[in-house]
Amino acid sequence: MTSPAREFRQGLLDVLPILVAATPIGLLWGTLAASKGLVPFEVWLMSATVFAGAAQFVAIEVWRDPVPWVLLTVTALIVNIRHVLMGASLSRHLRGIDGRWHPAMMFLMADENWAFSERRALKTPLTLGYYFGLALPMWITWTTSSITGAIVGRSFGDPAAYGFDFAFSAMFIGILAGFWKGPRTGAVLGASAIAAALAKLYVPGAWYIVIGGIVGVVVAALLYREGEAS
Amino acid sequence: MTATILAILGMALATYATRASGLYLMRGVVVKGRLKAALDALPPAILMAVIAPTILTTGLAETSAAILTAAVAFMRAPLVVTILTGVVSVVLLRMVLS
Repeated sequence: MTSPAREFRQGLLDVLPILVAATPIGLLWGTLAASKGLVPFEVWLMSATVFAGAAQFVAIEVWRDPVPWVLLTVTALIVNIRHVLMGASLSRHLRGIDGRWHPAMMFLMADENWAFSERRALKTPLTLGYYFGLALPMWITWTTSSITGAIVGRSFGDPAAYGFDFAFSAMFIGILAGFWKGPRTGAVLGASAIAAALAKLYVPGAWYIVIGGIVGVVVAALLYREGEAS
Repeated sequence: MTATILAILGMALATYATRASGLYLMRGVVVKGRLKAALDALPPAILMAVIAPTILTTGLAETSAAILTAAVAFMRAPLVVTILTGVVSVVLLRMVLS
């Protein structure tokens, strides 16, 4: 029924559209990183070890010469602090998976594969095969497309001319639709969006992601009524 | 070690710390009721917060494209169709609105 190979294939099938969308985003990021002076190996190394699109785009915006490595480290921490909450949520679904795999699973946890794992866990227990079926192809796609962008990116011209800069947002909207459970989801999304947009405008640094996430969660907690299936 | 490599390693360590620490946060906590409702809202709330500045504060073209994309997404279109809708509509809207 749930052989690891079949689970892996299901993960791969689910993540295919994400791979299609992530490719131009990776090319774009690699191109921008190269324009800031990173050599292709450094571009690959960051995608391979940081593996976090939003943080990498913010880092390239902050990047200058001499390289402010302390500021970049702190910025990565702030942008990615949402991972703490994501990991806490995901940990509920890891009880059936051997703990020795957990460090590797967490290393590969990105917004997209995490979202798919959470969604699958609503229906059926999360398996190692399914998780790596999502995560490994994403890691390969992200590293390959970013180093490709670093090497040949400039020959593509301006990515905004093709709307590639919007692919990231469109992909997230598509994933979000899968979480819709009714008007309450709308209230959570509206509160999170407004809080994050305001925080981006008025709070220095990259705190807007955490602020939006927390406001959305608080709204969900306030709207909860005892005795209801959530 | 160059400052570039140092920055990359610093970012990688900081990021892994955020990924790994969440696992230990909920050890031994029974998740139900209001706490479960709150945690279940976390995925959409976070995803929304990541893109909210882009779709709400960049310009009319981006906001309109986001609304179109959301409409297509809620008609249960395949993810690829949703993403293509966003990419194509933002290009067209930028031409019309700029």
